[in-house]
Amino acid sequence: MIFKSLDKETMLKEPEKISEMDRREFLKIGLVITGVFAGGSIVSVASAAEKVFPNGSIARKYPYRPHYAMVIRVDQCIGCRRCEKGCTAANAVPDYGWRTKVLEREVPEAIGQKREFIPVLCNQCNNPPCVRACPVTATYKDKVHGIVMMDIKKCIGCKICMAACPYDARYYNEERGAVDKCDFCFESSLSRGGKKTACQAACPADVRVFGDLSDPRSRVYQMVHQLQKPVWVLKKETDARPNIFYTKG
Amino acid sequence: MGCPEHSSWKGWIEDAGRRVFSGGPVYLFFLGLFAAMLVAGIAAGIHAVYITGSRHAYGTNREIPLAMLIATYTFFVITSTGLCLVSSIGHIFGVERFMPIAKRAVLLSVITIMSGFLVIGLELENPLRLAVYLFLSPNFTSNIWWMGVLYSFEVVLLIIEFIFIMLDNHRASMAAGLLGILFGIAAISNLGGVFAMLNGREFWYGPYLPIFFIASALLMGCAAVIFFTVLAYRVHCEPLDHPMADSLAAIGKLAGLMLAVIMFFTIWRMVALAVGGTHELLVRDALVSGPFAFNFWVLEVGLGMILPFVLILWSGGKRIGPLFLASALVIFSSFFMRLDMVVAGQIVPMYWELGVREYSMLNAYWPTWHEILVVLAGVGLSGVSFLTGEKVFQGFREAEGAGSPSDGTLEVVVQDPQSASDGKVDG
Repeated sequence: MIFKSLDKETMLKEPEKISEMDRREFLKIGLVITGVFAGGSIVSVASAAEKVFPNGSIARKYPYRPHYAMVIRVDQCIGCRRCEKGCTAANAVPDYGWRTKVLEREVPEAIGQKREFIPVLCNQCNNPPCVRACPVTATYKDKVHGIVMMDIKKCIGCKICMAACPYDARYYNEERGAVDKCDFCFESSLSRGGKKTACQAACPADVRVFGDLSDPRSRVYQMVHQLQKPVWVLKKETDARPNIFYTKG
Repeated sequence: MGCPEHSSWKGWIEDAGRRVFSGGPVYLFFLGLFAAMLVAGIAAGIHAVYITGSRHAYGTNREIPLAMLIATYTFFVITSTGLCLVSSIGHIFGVERFMPIAKRAVLLSVITIMSGFLVIGLELENPLRLAVYLFLSPNFTSNIWWMGVLYSFEVVLLIIEFIFIMLDNHRASMAAGLLGILFGIAAISNLGGVFAMLNGREFWYGPYLPIFFIASALLMGCAAVIFFTVLAYRVHCEPLDHPMADSLAAIGKLAGLMLAVIMFFTIWRMVALAVGGTHELLVRDALVSGPFAFNFWVLEVGLGMILPFVLILWSGGKRIGPLFLASALVIFSSFFMRLDMVVAGQIVPMYWELGVREYSMLNAYWPTWHEILVVLAGVGLSGVSFLTGEKVFQGFREAEGAGSPSDGTLEVVVQDPQSASDGKVDG
């Protein structure tokens, strides 16, 4: 992400609050959506802006073009797990590993619906802890589209990226001789002209919305840049700045 | 000196070989035992990584990718840095009482770091790629990259230091030793950083581990010097001479101080965990009353802190027997300290806070025989190298003033055949 320092005088005048102009700019440019999922409060877009960026810095634009992201409409998931199967088939994922998974939460005391499903996958973070930890840049943030990629010929198998990932999104693939992870189907689809990820294509409930977060015409952009519905990310506290967003409705 | 200054290398090697093979049945038994451990461990490691696959042979998994072998690696390299630091007190910073242990400590530092490299080499899935891409594709933000580079430099510097110290070239050995200390401290704090900079792992995250590792290294260095020096004199079937006994007593005092430091580190660590977040509370509970309780209370606190501290106090800074036992306990327990630190940092599932079925249990780890054998390979390499080194370099006796026996003021309770009966230094 590209940052521009705020004017020092402005900071001194308003040290605790982001100005209205900056706030509007945040909303316009995006990447300010945050929140705490499950068990915590869901933070609104406007108030979240002040919490995402530290005083003195402001995001000016999306760092990648296309800036691939996914919005997961979590309440639409029916737990059929076709996304898992689609991913496995498209990316030759072995039976001992996974690139995406649908988690299941059951709350017997809840009124009405007592079970919900939460799809998880690599969050293609803007500040990826796995990329920082890898000693040989075997995993890297692609400079064009921002997907966290694997260069399998370099992977030494130290597995520090697996320990570093806050989303449990990595596993060691024996067949590849390297750590494997979700690449938004870049190898199997996007690099060959595809527009969808396998999990998105397999989903019968339109749970996963994939697209370019930097394109105002994209559905992903429109779902993220709105105030009506809450949008959140997982594990915000790690400051990994993920590109997988969650919403309901 | 044991160095080939006046004779050919070939003759020197033949002499050294003769000394090794005429070491006596007990010596040869242990040499053979350690060699067997080394061979079996290397075979197990190769079998695990290249034949069956580590997924089947090692106890690591997706949720706990770093476990016993990483812990063993940290155990050895922390010991190595500690030995380097303790040796420097005498031969670099000029503290007289620490001089006699310098040569052995530097050699042990080389030995332990090589043992660490062996274990990590059998843990990595593709170690050859590391040798290539560490240089061709470096990641300067990675702690492991820095650790690899710094430890590579350190091992070279330690070897240079050892060569010069054996040649009695003190200026050169001091220069190499000083650089070795700098690289060693940088490397060990980076090793702490490998864990401490993973902010998704709350138990590891923060500046605690790099600082703790440095303090722990000093304790391990002291313990290893006392332990191996006493054993070395047993290898040579000789009683401790006065300068060495005096030196070990001084190191014992430093060990006591560092043990107190480690105890306070641990106390505050546990207190801080008690007011931490959910992950930290879960880890604290696992350590205090959960699956790690035996390791923590018995192996870490009881055998690794309280008992050694009592033994060091009991030694009164004089009695080598209790110091030796305390050192052995510190070395033994610190292995479990490393293991608990590494594994406990990963027991809380990443999506614990979501309350989902798939992540509702704490992650579990149990070592496999393959992993235990690889650990023994590291121990075996250290054992073989130590025993061989003692014979090859003839116990470092000339420069250490061996043969100038104790004046009897130090009570040495090392039970060797000659002095077992009276518990005094046998002059």
